[in-house]
Amino acid sequence: MSLTKEAPPAPATEPVLRKPSTRKRLVPYWLLLPGILWLVVFFALPLVYQASTSVQTGSLEKGFEVTWHFQTYWDALTDYYPQFIRSLLYAGTATILCLLLGYPLAYLIAFKAGRWRNLVLVLVIAPFFTSFLIRTLAWKTILADGGAVVDVLNTLHVLDVTSWLGWTENNRVLATPMAVVCGLTYNFLPFMILPLYTSLERIDGRLHEAAGDLYATPATTFRKVTFPLSMPGVVSGTLLTFIPASGDYVNAELLGSTDTKMVGSVIQTQFLRVLDYPTAAALSFILMAVVLIMVTVYIRRSGTEDLV
Amino acid sequence: MPVLRWLRRHLIVIAGLLTLAYMILPNIVVMVFSFNKPNGRFNYSWQRFSVDAWKDPCGVADMCGSLSLSLQIAVWATVGATVLGTMIAFALVRYRFRARGAINSLIFLPMAMPEVVMAASLLTLFLNMGAQLGFWTILIAHIMFCLSFVVTAVKARVMSMDPRLEEAARDLYAGPVQTFVRVTLPIAAPGIAAGALLAFALSFDDFIITNFNAGSTVTFPMFVWGSAQRGTPVQINVIGTAMFIIAVLVVLAGQLIANRRKNARP
Repeated sequence: MSLTKEAPPAPATEPVLRKPSTRKRLVPYWLLLPGILWLVVFFALPLVYQASTSVQTGSLEKGFEVTWHFQTYWDALTDYYPQFIRSLLYAGTATILCLLLGYPLAYLIAFKAGRWRNLVLVLVIAPFFTSFLIRTLAWKTILADGGAVVDVLNTLHVLDVTSWLGWTENNRVLATPMAVVCGLTYNFLPFMILPLYTSLERIDGRLHEAAGDLYATPATTFRKVTFPLSMPGVVSGTLLTFIPASGDYVNAELLGSTDTKMVGSVIQTQFLRVLDYPTAAALSFILMAVVLIMVTVYIRRSGTEDLV
Repeated sequence: MPVLRWLRRHLIVIAGLLTLAYMILPNIVVMVFSFNKPNGRFNYSWQRFSVDAWKDPCGVADMCGSLSLSLQIAVWATVGATVLGTMIAFALVRYRFRARGAINSLIFLPMAMPEVVMAASLLTLFLNMGAQLGFWTILIAHIMFCLSFVVTAVKARVMSMDPRLEEAARDLYAGPVQTFVRVTLPIAAPGIAAGALLAFALSFDDFIITNFNAGSTVTFPMFVWGSAQRGTPVQINVIGTAMFIIAVLVVLAGQLIANRRKNARP
C-alpha cells in the first residue's frame, strides 16, 4: 500500500459483510479438499482394494475373483511366520540399539555441544540427503570378510561369543543377522535422534540446577528429571524407528542372506515376481495389523502411565 | 585413576561422539571409494587411487538419466505435497470444524504404516484401474506419502504463529489476499521450507514405494539397487559424495540465514 493514497474507503456496510461470512464457513473445507481427496483416493482406497485382493482366488491367466477365501491368511501365516517373527525381532533389536546409541548423541547436541551444536545437527541430518542405498552398500565394504572391523572383532574374540549366540557365522559378519541389525540401526538412527533432541531441547536447564541443589547426583537427576521429561521424544523416536524397520527389506537383502529374509522381502517377491497377489495382499495386511496393534498398545501404555 | 575418572565424567560426550562416528563412517567410505579403481565389476575392496570417476561422472550408461528422472519427480512431488500439505495444515490449525479428528488420523496413518504395505496396496489399486505404471504413478505415490510429513512440519509452525498479527494487518485495511501474502506467508515460511525440504529428501531417496509402482521406469535409487546385483560403478560413489557435500552446504547456508535474521532483529 502506498502512502500517497487518499483515506481508505469507509468500512463496508452490513449486507456486504454477511455474504463473505457464509462463504467463510466453507473456507476450511476448500482448503482440505484437494489434499484429503488425494489421501482418500491414493492411501485409503488402495487399502480397500488390497483387502479385497487378499480374499480373491484365481490366477494371472484366468483372472482373479473375490471368493472370500480366508484360507489365504492362514496359509500365508503358516508358510511365512519365520520371516514375520524375524522382522519383528530385528526391528525391535534395532529400535533398542537406536535408543541406546541415539540418546547420548541427542543429549550431547541438546546440552553439551555449545557452539558446535549446529555442525553436529548438520552431520546428523545430512545423511538424509545422501541416498540411503549407497550408504547401505558402504556397509558391505565396512563389514567385509577380512576387513578391519571383522579383524578387530576376531582378535577381541567377540565373534566367538556372537557366533555362539547365533548372531554371526563362521567368523564373518556379512550375510548374518548381526549385519542386518547393524544396517537397520544405522539407517533409522536419525529418526530416533531428531525427536529425542527436540524433546530434550525443550527441558529447562534450571531444572538440572534445581535437582543438583537438592543434592541429586547426576545419575539421579537423569533418572528422575531428564529421562521422564524426554519421554515424548522416546515414544515418537521408537515409533519412527520400529514401524519402518519392521517393513524394511533393503538391509536384509543387501547385507543379509537367505536365512535373514524379512517379511517385506516376501511381500515384494510375491507381488512383483511370483505374481501371487492374494498371498502378497494377505501378508501385507497381517503386517499392517500387527504393527498397528503394537503401536496402539504402546502409545496407550506410554501415554497413560509413563508419560505423567 | 585419573583416566577412569575423566572417562566417567565425559561418558555422555564420548558415547555421543562414537554414535556420530558410526553415522558418518559410511559417508566417509563412500567418499574414499569414489577415488578407487576397482578390478572387477564391484567396488567393495580398495585397489588403487584414481580420479577417473570424478572426471566422467556420467560415464555409466543410464545412471545420469535415472538421476535426472529422480530429480524431476522429487521437484514435482515437493511442489504438489507442499501446496496440498500447507493448505491442510492451515485448515487444521486455523479453523474449527467437524471431522477434525478423523482428518487428523487420516494424516497420521500414512506415517504409522510400514512403507511396503502402502506400496503394495497402491499397486493393487493401479492394477485394478489398469493404470500404466511409470512417471505418473511414481509421482502420485510420492505426493501421497510426502503429504503427511509436510502437514506435520507446517502445522508446528502455524500453531506457534500469533493470529493477532493478521488481525493487525486487517485493522490496517489490508485485504485478505494482501494479509496472506505480506503477513501470513512470510511468518509460516520456515515451516513450509522445512516441509518442502523433507518432502524433497523423502521423494528423492524413496526406494520401496517406487520399486512397486514404477513398472519398467528406473529412478536413481532403483538404479543403485540394480547395480548391487550387476556390479556397482565407482560413479555411484561420486554421486553419493556430491550429494553429501551439497546437502551439508545447503543446510549450513540455511542455518546461516536463520542466524543472521535472528541477529538482525532488535
